[in-house]
Parts: sequence; C-alpha cells; structure tokens
Amino acid sequence: MAAAESYPGELKYHPEHDWARIEGNEATVGITWFAQDSLGELVHFEAPEPGATVSKDASYGEVESVKAVSDVIAPLSGEILEVNQAVVDAPETVNEDPYGAGWLLRIRLTDPAEVEVLLDLDAYKQLVADA
Amino acid sequence: MVPFAGWELPVQYAGVIEEHRAVRRDCGVFDVSHMGELHVEGPAAHALLQALLSNDLNRIEDGEAQYTLLTNDEGGIVDDLIAYRLEQHHYLLVVNAGNRHAVYTWLKEREIRGSDVRDASDEYALLAVQGPRSIERLGLPDAKRFTHALGEIGGIEVMVNRTGYSGEKGCELMCPAEDAVALWDAVLSRGAVPCGLGARDTLRLEVCYPLHGNDITPATDAVSAGLAWTCALGSPDKDFTGAETLRRVQAEGPARRLVAFVMDERGVPRGGMAILGQDGSGRGEVTSGTHSPMLDKGIGLGYVPAENSMPGSELTIDVRGKERRATVVPKPIYKPQGEES
Repeated sequence: MAAAESYPGELKYHPEHDWARIEGNEATVGITWFAQDSLGELVHFEAPEPGATVSKDASYGEVESVKAVSDVIAPLSGEILEVNQAVVDAPETVNEDPYGAGWLLRIRLTDPAEVEVLLDLDAYKQLVADA
Repeated sequence: MVPFAGWELPVQYAGVIEEHRAVRRDCGVFDVSHMGELHVEGPAAHALLQALLSNDLNRIEDGEAQYTLLTNDEGGIVDDLIAYRLEQHHYLLVVNAGNRHAVYTWLKEREIRGSDVRDASDEYALLAVQGPRSIERLGLPDAKRFTHALGEIGGIEVMVNRTGYSGEKGCELMCPAEDAVALWDAVLSRGAVPCGLGARDTLRLEVCYPLHGNDITPATDAVSAGLAWTCALGSPDKDFTGAETLRRVQAEGPARRLVAFVMDERGVPRGGMAILGQDGSGRGEVTSGTHSPMLDKGIGLGYVPAENSMPGSELTIDVRGKERRATVVPKPIYKPQGEES
C-alpha cells in the first residue's frame, strides 16, 4: 500500500527530494514521498557498501521502478554505517513508509555544518509545490 | 501521459505493477486506439497480400485472423501485424501506430490491378480487454484465438477480435471512433481495470511478444528474431518479399538470435544495454528489459551470438557499468496460468 503524502516537520530536506534525520553526529537518510511517488513502485535499490563514503549533492546509488531509474543524492557528507537491507530485499518498503521502514542509509557526518544549508519543512514544501 | 506516435498515452493509471497483476489475475482494459487499421479490398487483395506478407493467407478463412510480418528484400521486418479476413476479397490489417504510414505507403506503392488499400485508422477506436476473466466479464461467448465476429457490449456494436498482447485470454474490441468513450465506460462498468502503456510492456515482455522498433526492426530478419514460424518458407505456392534471403539464413543458421533471459542478480535490464562476453567485450545487446512483476526479477530480450542462445547459456549484462549475471531461458519467460485450452 502506497503511503499518503506527508513531509515530517522534524526532518531536513535536500532539493533533490532526499531527507535526513539528524541524530547528533549521525544521520539517517532516504527519499521523500514526492520522490517515491514520481518513480512509482520501486523494484530495485542499487545500494553502496557500508564503510564507503558519501558526498553531499553526489549520487550514492540508484532507485528504480518499472518505468524509471533515478540516482539517489546524498543530502550530507559522511561515512556509511549501515545500509537498510530490508529495502534491498523489498524495495517497495520505500513506497509504503518512506520516512520510517523505508530509510536507505545511516551515516556518520564528516561535516556537520552542512546541515545548516539543508531545507526546512516550509522551504521544501514550497519547492514541491513549485515542481 | 507520454507522447507516442502522435498520441498522448497514459503510462499508468493506478500503477504499473497493480495493473499488471489485474490482467494476470482477472481483467484489464487498454485503450489501443493509436494502432493503425488498413483495409485491403478487391478481387486481387489476396494476391497482393500473399506476395507481401510472410505468413500463408491461404491458411485462414472468413472470420479468422493471422499474425504475420511485412518484410523487406533483406527479410527485415517493416512491421508485425494481424491480418483479419473479413471476406474473400476484403482484409483488415491492424498495424503498429508508429508504422501506420510506412505500411500504408509500402502497400499502396505495390497495389496491383483489382486491389485497393485504404488507411482507416482515424475511423476506429480499439480497446484491448485482457485477462482470464475478460470474456466472462464482457458476457461474450468463448471462441478460438485468432478469430473475429461482430458482437455487442452495452448496446454498442463492436468487432470482437480474439487477439491481444498480454498472453492472457481476451479480446480486442473495435468500434467507430465516436463510440469509443461509451465503450470504454461500458467495459469499465463490467469490472475491467484501466491499464496503461507501462503494464502493456511488462505483460508482453513476460510472454516474449516482440515490440517493433525495439526487438524487431527493418534491420533485423525474421529468422534471427525467432519469427520463422510466421514465415511460410516451405509452401510451394507462396512467395513473398525477402523469402529467398530468409530461406538462406534459415539454411545456414543465423549468426545471432533474439533470446529471452532472466537476471540471476539484482538489477533491471533495459533496452540498449550491452551483453558482454567472457572477456568483457560486447557480444550482443538488450533490446527490451524490465522488472517482471510475476517473477519479481529483471527480465529481457536481446540478440546474442547463436552459440550463446541455448536456454541455460550464461550472459553478463552491463547495467550502467555494473556487470550482472543472467541466464537464457525458454520462451515464454512466464506462462499464463489461465491460458485458453
């Protein structure tokens, strides 16, 4: 079952339709409701390896539906602590729960100051409204 | 919505996978009014088509239809189409939207005395109703595949063609263009799920029906494409454009063949991706690929060297720079469960 449209207020957003939940010097990241809705039901997550590094604004993997494939952009720079194996095994988890069970990576931030330039809820909602 | 051969067509309504499953399980409807319809009439209509189309028209009677190819001198495929015999001197050809003008021009330029070719594509709407429960939901009598008859759905007179592109039981309903909306509503009211181009593609790929422009083109011959069964190469009283070349390819064995494959590793193959040899060099090309909703794996069609074309042969697909293993499988990749006897 696809989730209803939502954008939680406690998250930070990247204009490429990614979200980050900041927890100290770590973050959990994923794609927003808007991103998964644009792609349709996901059938594949081409995931990076734990231990690899991700750079803010750069692609770290791909998400793919029947009709399209898209790069996933890192909202922040860091070292990958964990890849969500549940999504690798059942990519549709992202459609069902994009901010919960459908998270993609946990990272240790290498430049926590980057958080400051991410969008807050209102700015991201405006961006989606203009899309 | 996406532009397609001059039409605006929906990729999906509720979602590709949901629509796909509806057709495999029950009944879905596709608006395929973009398909072209050509009338070929006259006492020489049969002779004209028999000389240009690959399959033997003598094998069908009034009320029957045949999958066939329009071939060029090299045995390449100008279009794949269905020829419906309406009467002894009257055939209806349903052709691919993108090839409508090419096929019309090809036939028109070769008209012989006593034959007339007319493009009637704009006069008709065509709805494909597909799935194991489709005929029951429409309240139609059972009939053999590749037959046609007049019928009525919700008070609208239609030509009921027992054909389709999903591998499932079903029909394609043809009606005057002005009745299209009423027919669509009538079919939906019988419980058919509206389906878009996305599901049409995943359904046809699972059963390995080729898509013209991807898997078969004027540059790919019918034998290499695995369509020799649509070519009357052995009939003494039948000759057609390119038959000589096709007989030679068949006798010598094609250098490459269109095969079906299933991914052994994660990843979705897509048309245009390279199929690699042991040394990493290009050996072939994926012509169509997708994620199979029924197998929950990547599947595809592609040309490979004949020596790698047997079921069980291992392939490597270059999925955007990542090498992923796949295995050649017998066609179809998925066998419909509710298939007609």
